[in-house]
Amino acid sequence: MEILIPKTLDEALALMAERGGELTPIAGGTDVLVSWHSREHESLKLLDLSRLGAELGSIRFSDEHLHLGALSTYWQAIDNAQVREEFPLLVAAAKEVGAIQIQTRGTWAGNIGNGSPAADGVPALLACDAVVVLSSKSETVEAPLHEFWTGYKQTVRQSDQLIVEIKVPRRDRDFQHWHKVGSRAAQAITKVGVAMAHDAEGWRIAANSVAPYVVRCRAVEKALDEGRKFGRPEDLEELLAADVAPIDDIRSTGEFRRKVLARIIYFGLAEPSIKPLADVGA
Amino acid sequence: MDRIEVSFILNGEAAKQSVPADARLLDMLRYDCDATGTKEGCGEGECGACTVLLDGLPVNSCLVPAFQVEGREIESVESTSAELAETMNAVGAAQCGACTPGIVMTTRWLAEHPDVLDQIPIRMFMAGNLCRCTGYDGVIEGVNRVLGRPGEEEV
Ligand SMILES: Cc1cc2nc3c(=O)[nH]c(=O)nc-3n(C[C@H](O)[C@H](O)[C@H](O)COP(=O)(O)OP(=O)(O)OC[C@H]3O[C@@H](n4cnc5c(N)ncnc54)[C@H](O)[C@@H]3O)c2cc1C
Ligand code: FES
Ligand code: FES
Repeated sequence: MEILIPKTLDEALALMAERGGELTPIAGGTDVLVSWHSREHESLKLLDLSRLGAELGSIRFSDEHLHLGALSTYWQAIDNAQVREEFPLLVAAAKEVGAIQIQTRGTWAGNIGNGSPAADGVPALLACDAVVVLSSKSETVEAPLHEFWTGYKQTVRQSDQLIVEIKVPRRDRDFQHWHKVGSRAAQAITKVGVAMAHDAEGWRIAANSVAPYVVRCRAVEKALDEGRKFGRPEDLEELLAADVAPIDDIRSTGEFRRKVLARIIYFGLAEPSIKPLADVGA
Repeated sequence: MDRIEVSFILNGEAAKQSVPADARLLDMLRYDCDATGTKEGCGEGECGACTVLLDGLPVNSCLVPAFQVEGREIESVESTSAELAETMNAVGAAQCGACTPGIVMTTRWLAEHPDVLDQIPIRMFMAGNLCRCTGYDGVIEGVNRVLGRPGEEEV
């Protein structure tokens, strides 16, 4: 096993330029170290990002965006009063990623980098129109998260690029809903989950564990944007057939996932899990 | 396997170890630091038996590579007061004890950060510490005792 431990982002990007194709970046390690005993590590070449905290570790706000540094964790978001107030959807998702021991280590960027279709941070970020900021030695580019995946674990990230930041636009969101269905109430991998938001730009509905990567449900978004009302969950199911392609696997069946997704959206529209600020009396 | 040198602070004292490059913090604690109070349950991040505090935050030491611990502070169950464990034991928070060091560490952190409970209920907060024996009621009662809170309503 080889370990490369850059002390600055420049050093890290220089290493990525030289050997990006064979390196596995490691941030919190909560995906990389799973099954460590049974995993073949002799040939692993890890690029440790953990010393880059000064450059990538913070959560900050600019006029238009929330900036989640590539090393920022779920816990940093949960523990930040301004994030709780402005991005309750992200915080709701963060609180359901594993339990505290995972939340203190797991990063938002790692959730994207791992690319699991069951990732819970990703739908919340998608519903908030997040943008992935990617740097290589020569340039920094932005990719909207909804264009980041091109297939199962296939992304637009080039082999010499690192995710350096995730940008989330600050907007007045008058509707937000988050619901995760797992085998138990906490610390469970999602069988089907959804994050929904509405703002001046329209509806955003993102679902996990129902396609090869976390997807937006465009047909449902469009119907809602056009003002359609749904009388029963079954009507949503029909529309969802165009948006998602859930499979049978060890955790659930495709049919269960499709039916439950329709119901989560249907009942979420009626009663969102996140109350608008005005209702809370804040 | 190559070896690496790691310097860190363990329970308030400077430590330096030479460990295999692929060692996890859990391995380093148990095999090199003689700190065998920290247990390995699943080795997958699920059970929390290996919970320690890393720079003051609870983490699963089975998911932390030793090379990431350079220059950082670790507190393991050995540094926890016997009183805390006794308070928990008195109400049946432990039976076989395999999960107990982890439960004690999570509880200790919670006792130092009780405001977290404004946001997350105790049972949810303790979800990363699995216990095969107690059925959890004893564990939750123990956490309540340590926090000096009245117990849960009967459920
Ligand atoms: C017990 C347990 C429970 C879990 N529960 C959940 C859950 O409920 N929901 C959920 O979504 N996830 C869950 N996870 C998975 C994991 O915690 C998350 O995906 C987490 O966000 C990963 O972040 P990390 O920093 O630990 O990633 P790492 O393991 O460090 O990296 C993950 C991947 O991302 C890549 N990567 C990391 N940073 C970058 C970067 N800056 N640029 C490019 N690539 C990068 C790595 O190369 C790797 O492929 C769980 C894991 C465990 C062990
Ligand atoms: S041994 Fe680390 S979480 Fe189970
Ligand atoms: S007391 Fe046996 S696992 Fe908890």
